[in-house]
Amino acid sequence: MGVGPTRSDKKMTKLFTALLIVTAALFAYAPFAIQNAPYESTMGLVQKIFYFHVPSWIAMFLAAVVCGISGALVIFAGRKDADRVALAAAELAVVFGLMGLITGPLWGRKAWGVWWQWDARLTSALVMWLVFVAYLLLRKYAGAGSEKLSAVLALFGMANVPFVYWSVNVWRTVHPKTSVVMTLQPSMGIPFLLCSLAFVGLFAVLLAARVRLEKVRASVDELYLSLED
Amino acid sequence: MVTRKDLLIEFRSREVVYTTLFFAVACVLVFAFGFVREGIAVDDAAAGILWIAIAFSGTLALGRTFERERQNDTLRALMLAPMDRPALYVGKLVGVLLLLGAVEAVITPLIGLMFHAPIFRFPWVMASLLVTGTVGFAAVGTLFAAMLVRARSRDVLLPILLYPITIPVIIAGVRGTAALLQPEADVPIARMWLSMLVFFDLVFITLALWTFEPAMTE
Repeated sequence: MGVGPTRSDKKMTKLFTALLIVTAALFAYAPFAIQNAPYESTMGLVQKIFYFHVPSWIAMFLAAVVCGISGALVIFAGRKDADRVALAAAELAVVFGLMGLITGPLWGRKAWGVWWQWDARLTSALVMWLVFVAYLLLRKYAGAGSEKLSAVLALFGMANVPFVYWSVNVWRTVHPKTSVVMTLQPSMGIPFLLCSLAFVGLFAVLLAARVRLEKVRASVDELYLSLED
Repeated sequence: MVTRKDLLIEFRSREVVYTTLFFAVACVLVFAFGFVREGIAVDDAAAGILWIAIAFSGTLALGRTFERERQNDTLRALMLAPMDRPALYVGKLVGVLLLLGAVEAVITPLIGLMFHAPIFRFPWVMASLLVTGTVGFAAVGTLFAAMLVRARSRDVLLPILLYPITIPVIIAGVRGTAALLQPEADVPIARMWLSMLVFFDLVFITLALWTFEPAMTE
């Protein structure tokens, strides 16, 4: 394992910095864009939470998919580097999921009059979030050899999503449909797009930083081991 | 072969079956106190309590069966035996299923008796719901319990991993059973949940057989 930064490392650092600046700019501009967006006719001010709620779930699902695919790579291809990506993605899935779970009830209290509904979308999102919390607990407390176990968990978690969704879908759904996003008028659509890009950018930046941290940690461990020999 | 070995040990000591059985009955009692008001149970309480008792005692049984392997380090011996890994998984799964079947054979009539639930009104649909639900729960549980054998704090981690993944089984089991046990039974609804359980079983057993070999190889 090389110690100094290689050329591809430098290139990655440049790319990372550029992405960081773009994301920071998007987040700095987001409050103004949200403020300038028109009020929704029936819900008024509370509707504005949508600009952060939906993007945080988009980022969560992105993280979940990344984690599931990396998990499959760990089990079936034995890739060590994929494991680092899976861990980073699982942590981000928990963080973004928590954002979605906090912003959702805040809106629900105003729009539905209750904090929580046992609704298809809400329940399946909660279960999926729990799977990723379990993933992190497993990584932390299972000790050596937990990579494969957690990879299997990620895979089962993925397979579980359609079942949970289907099983709770039989109950009534009060959550707004996803098709809402496609029918937005430009004055609301553009701020929404900006916020989504900001969250996806944040996800990419955090993922890259976290994977790099794990990589450096692994190489430090290796150096320690080689010192002891 | 693995099933026969497990059953033989179980017949000799009867440790797991007695403890699990007693635990399941205790579960039913504890929940009965929670849901019975002025001598009358809340609607659908019987179905919920039945499945909670199955899930809890299933976790206990899974933990105990694999703990026994670990104490004597016999899982390694099983892994070295000249047979396919999936066969080992299936053997363990059948053992757990038989154990849970024995538990259900006791607590289902008990719940029927204590909550005046008409469990024998549609015996075949009821039995199929129980069988498919238990298979789904045990299929995921056996895989995770087997993988957790070498992990630290395995007894806490098993339910933590198992419950989020098996939530669809619990939902389908409870809703399906509740549809059968309500005053006017709704058989089409129960059948719909049954088909969902069958589908779940197929997907998760396939997935477990598929991942068991790479996951258990060191």
